[in-house]
Amino acid sequence: MIQAFAFYLFAALMILSGAVTIMARNPVHSVLWLILAFFNAAGLMVLVGAEFIAMLLIIVYVGAVAVLFLFVVMMLDIDFSELRGGFIKNFPLGMLLALVLLAELMFGVGAFTAGPLQLGVADGAGAVPVDISNTEAIGALLYTRYLFVFEAAGIILLVAMIGAIVLTHRERKDTRGQNVSKQIARRPEDATVNVRPEVGKGVQL
Amino acid sequence: MTEFFQWLGLSYEWAWGLSTICGILLIALPLMLGVAMIIYADRKIWAAMALRRGPNVVGPFGLLQSFADGLKVFLQETIIPSAANKGLFILAPILTFTVALLAWAVIPFNSGAVLANINVGLLYVLAISSLGVYGVVIAGWSSNSKYPFFSAMRASAQMISYEVSIGFILICVVLWAGSFNLHTIVEAQRGHVFGIINGFVANPLLFPMWVMFLISGMAETGRAPFDLTEAESELVAGYQTEYSSMSFALYWLGEYANVLLMCALNATLFWGGYLPPLDIPVLYLIPGWIWLIGKILFFFFIFSWVKATVPRYRYDQLMRLGWKVFLPVSLLFVVLVSGYLMAIGHFA
Repeated sequence: MIQAFAFYLFAALMILSGAVTIMARNPVHSVLWLILAFFNAAGLMVLVGAEFIAMLLIIVYVGAVAVLFLFVVMMLDIDFSELRGGFIKNFPLGMLLALVLLAELMFGVGAFTAGPLQLGVADGAGAVPVDISNTEAIGALLYTRYLFVFEAAGIILLVAMIGAIVLTHRERKDTRGQNVSKQIARRPEDATVNVRPEVGKGVQL
Repeated sequence: MTEFFQWLGLSYEWAWGLSTICGILLIALPLMLGVAMIIYADRKIWAAMALRRGPNVVGPFGLLQSFADGLKVFLQETIIPSAANKGLFILAPILTFTVALLAWAVIPFNSGAVLANINVGLLYVLAISSLGVYGVVIAGWSSNSKYPFFSAMRASAQMISYEVSIGFILICVVLWAGSFNLHTIVEAQRGHVFGIINGFVANPLLFPMWVMFLISGMAETGRAPFDLTEAESELVAGYQTEYSSMSFALYWLGEYANVLLMCALNATLFWGGYLPPLDIPVLYLIPGWIWLIGKILFFFFIFSWVKATVPRYRYDQLMRLGWKVFLPVSLLFVVLVSGYLMAIGHFA
């Protein structure tokens, strides 16, 4: 009973917050509703017993991606009339996207009613192991059967990261950075001299 | 505790529900009391290191100072700036305070005494601590004021930076313990070094990880010397500038609850949690929660000590430390630890 209640609570809240995400006038509110949608998705994941995925969803999307979203959106200077002005211009593209999404949804529902998906290998032979936790199950699959795919994904991400840094990095000659190791290595003797001049005589620096 | 309520004649569902509520109260109420006393302790330690006397008027030795402060803010008027985004302005301190309490659910206080003994306990702690930034960022944005906004931007960059290295540090611990469950992690530390010292900290490969975790913990909780989000010399009071009365007090409580949580994590992950320091039978006569609280207080003293003695970092120095020092070093140690464990056949 309580599972069904929790499922409907999470699902309803998720759909609601998803809807408000696209309808909210203020982009910051949009991001916050999106975060609530992530949370409810994580709740649904916990309900189906995928606690590892749920935690990753929160750590990666809520803890990192959404913070960056918020960081960017907070600094936007929004002109609402300009936003609404683009409505007619973007309407055909929006309709096209909506139609594609609708087709995908109908396709998905059709595939679902055709019968449940066989988990495991393509012919349905490898059933899901039930006696180990899903953290171990994901780890065992990722680092044995899908090792090369997993490493390829890692390399693609690394290349993307280096690419982003190379594209946005610009060398500036007019700024002076702090060389911490040089500062730490500096001793008082290097910087100061202790002299005791005689009376009436100056100091040669 | 569920068995006790079942023995009283309740059905399993009701007994479970009641025992969970009791567990929550058993953690949250002493925690709130502890936060009040720890604020007093913090001020006293700080005062002693500055050769001052600290709070000494309210109650014996000023012990009731925090409660007097609490009563004071409770009676004050809550001021909401007219330009503020009202809903989010009120939501932000509630969020901070709630998140500060949430993570305590998975901390084991004794062998078997943990509210939620979940398999992904450490990931849960990471997930919850990554939410802490939202209270600050939402407060900064919704205040619609310049200093809180600068503070929010600093907070969002600072907390993300240090979470990365904290993640790698935790992976080293998880590799050695072989589990994300905090209870299993503590048990894995029993007699870890020479079969007598409880705690990963005595392990030469994990000791540098602990030092980095302590420093990252200070950065993550926005504690001195990394308290750039509320640097009073630059940003008035940072994200709290526009807050008053209870909403301000919620930030105060949440902040110290977070600091205590970081101390508890230090104790649990590296210093053997509820285990005594040495694996000697006579030390087990003292119950585990006393050891844990003792360790938490010890780490809190270190936090206060640092606050009283170390000057504040500049923002670029903070970023440099996080990205150019902690991230490469912790990544190197992930490789070192996993390589060493592979070599000795730890995973076989």
